[in-house]
Amino acid sequence: MGTLVPSLRRRSKIEREPIWIYLFLTIVGTGMALPLYLMVIQSIKPIEELFLWPPRFYVMRPTLENYTDLVVAASRAWVPFSRYVFNSVFVTTANVLLYVLICCMAAYPLAKMRKMPLAITIFNLCLAALMFASQVTVIPRYLLVSSLGLVDTYWALILPGLGGSFGVFFMKQFLDQYPDALLEAARIDGASEWGLFTNVVIPLTRPAWATLIIWQSMQVWRDTWSPMVFTHSEAMKTLPLAVSTMFSGDLSVARQGAQAAATFLESAPLIILFVIMQSRIISTMAHAGIK
Amino acid sequence: MAQANPTVVARVGANRLSLSARLHETWRQVKRHKAGYFFLAPFMILFIVFTVAPVLTAIYLSFTYFNVLQPPNWIGLTNYRLLFLADDIFLKSLHVTVVFAILTGPVGFMLSFFIAWLINQVKVRLVYIVAFFAPSLSGIGMAFIMRIFFSNDRYGYLNNWLINLGILDEPFPWLSDVDTMLGVVIAVQLWMSMGPSFLAFLAGLQQIDETVYEAGKVDGVKNRMQELWFITLPLVKPQLVFGAVMAVVNSFSMFDIASAMVGFPSPEYAAHTIMAHLYDYAFLRFEMGYASAVSVIMFIMMYGLSSLFRKMLSTKGEY
Repeated sequence: MGTLVPSLRRRSKIEREPIWIYLFLTIVGTGMALPLYLMVIQSIKPIEELFLWPPRFYVMRPTLENYTDLVVAASRAWVPFSRYVFNSVFVTTANVLLYVLICCMAAYPLAKMRKMPLAITIFNLCLAALMFASQVTVIPRYLLVSSLGLVDTYWALILPGLGGSFGVFFMKQFLDQYPDALLEAARIDGASEWGLFTNVVIPLTRPAWATLIIWQSMQVWRDTWSPMVFTHSEAMKTLPLAVSTMFSGDLSVARQGAQAAATFLESAPLIILFVIMQSRIISTMAHAGIK
Repeated sequence: MAQANPTVVARVGANRLSLSARLHETWRQVKRHKAGYFFLAPFMILFIVFTVAPVLTAIYLSFTYFNVLQPPNWIGLTNYRLLFLADDIFLKSLHVTVVFAILTGPVGFMLSFFIAWLINQVKVRLVYIVAFFAPSLSGIGMAFIMRIFFSNDRYGYLNNWLINLGILDEPFPWLSDVDTMLGVVIAVQLWMSMGPSFLAFLAGLQQIDETVYEAGKVDGVKNRMQELWFITLPLVKPQLVFGAVMAVVNSFSMFDIASAMVGFPSPEYAAHTIMAHLYDYAFLRFEMGYASAVSVIMFIMMYGLSSLFRKMLSTKGEY
């Protein structure tokens, strides 16, 4: 960003940062953030304010009751709440780290070794796989996991998710954007393929894999299907599954506050992760040196 | 015919020669790209085991009657025949899906790019990016907030506003009226559509070297729109391809939020997408064979559409 902005301002003919862009983004952005704001507000409203009419956009007597209710309800189960948190954090971390590494590795030959036999076929297969509804593959996948003897283990929550092709597609498109000449130069200098991968490909694609980390974290963190299908014991449940079974089918108004609190608690780690990772996505100096 | 034979034979012979030459060349390339296959191996193993194999199984199941409890029973094309000839709700869901996909796919795609393009032109970015991207991170739980917002009674924020502004006299049942239900679901889907494509566009736009713009100015690019069309868009083509394919996938597979908001099945099937139909047969009726047939048809539609978009976007056909 630092390298881009000053030179953009130098250009006189086409005005940079006109005020209408700020105005437009602010208005539309406020609209986008409104439901999120409502979620937070709803989660700190005491029960009597949830029923107030007309509905209000502010809280008169903010309270953390809804959050404490949630923890109390959760701790009534015989598995401690911290176990769910640990399961979720462990499974998400393990899956995301492995997935991002595997996808970066696979995307590199698909994007930059165009003459490699089968590369195009494999890529088209990856694309096609994205379009097949995962709902109908649940049962074949379950049979597979159980025949591997993985049911009710952490492996069952980590491994199947690694077979998705979204990440490869995503990373490959990013690598496509870079000129091959850069890699050729390094190859002529005698760099090994692994050296190229760690020293050129990984640093270059930082915005891409940082984005992938966030997106895959979201997918795994929110996934209630895998723990529901692949595990049986209470101790293997992940946080979102535990929370959603607590509310199962209960859409009543009285539960609104706790529901909002649960939604907030589920989203907060992802938004925090995003804010931490954004510096890798937003500022990029990768291309500045290549002319 | 007989006279034409010698040339045909000759051509076949030439083909055979070039085939063995081609095989030789292919093997040479395989050996040259040994490292590439090592890079691909971990992914390919997991991909084949956990994605390709289950998908092939599901395609096989679409030709069977399979109720999960008993072993699948081969019935040929019966599922497909039933779908198109006897299942009125499926035909209805096709219609709903097309309306839904046309409105959320292209609009979501263009909106994500437009917003990313605007954000790329300002200095203060983080707060905007968070505001636009966070909705896509918010999960199924947001359906409850949306239910409060669009609520059918006067406790709903939207109804309350419209009544205060004098536009409505009494609360309108947004979530249960057949005419507005799909619209509300489309709005929510668009709200959540600034996902990975949006970030991909942003990152892609930032990779563009500013000297390209300088060169463009020298070559006579006069305004922002020309710059966008002639310089920016061609340079982020790979990301555009990604965005288009994901827009197709997302617009067809949205289901969770819709069912949590307007109920499942929706009144008069007014928001019943193909995905909802699939879910119905897979997990409520346990007719996995039938559900698999639905997924195969969905797959064909998505693949056709995304291939079309890929062709439109790539001039050289290499993406």
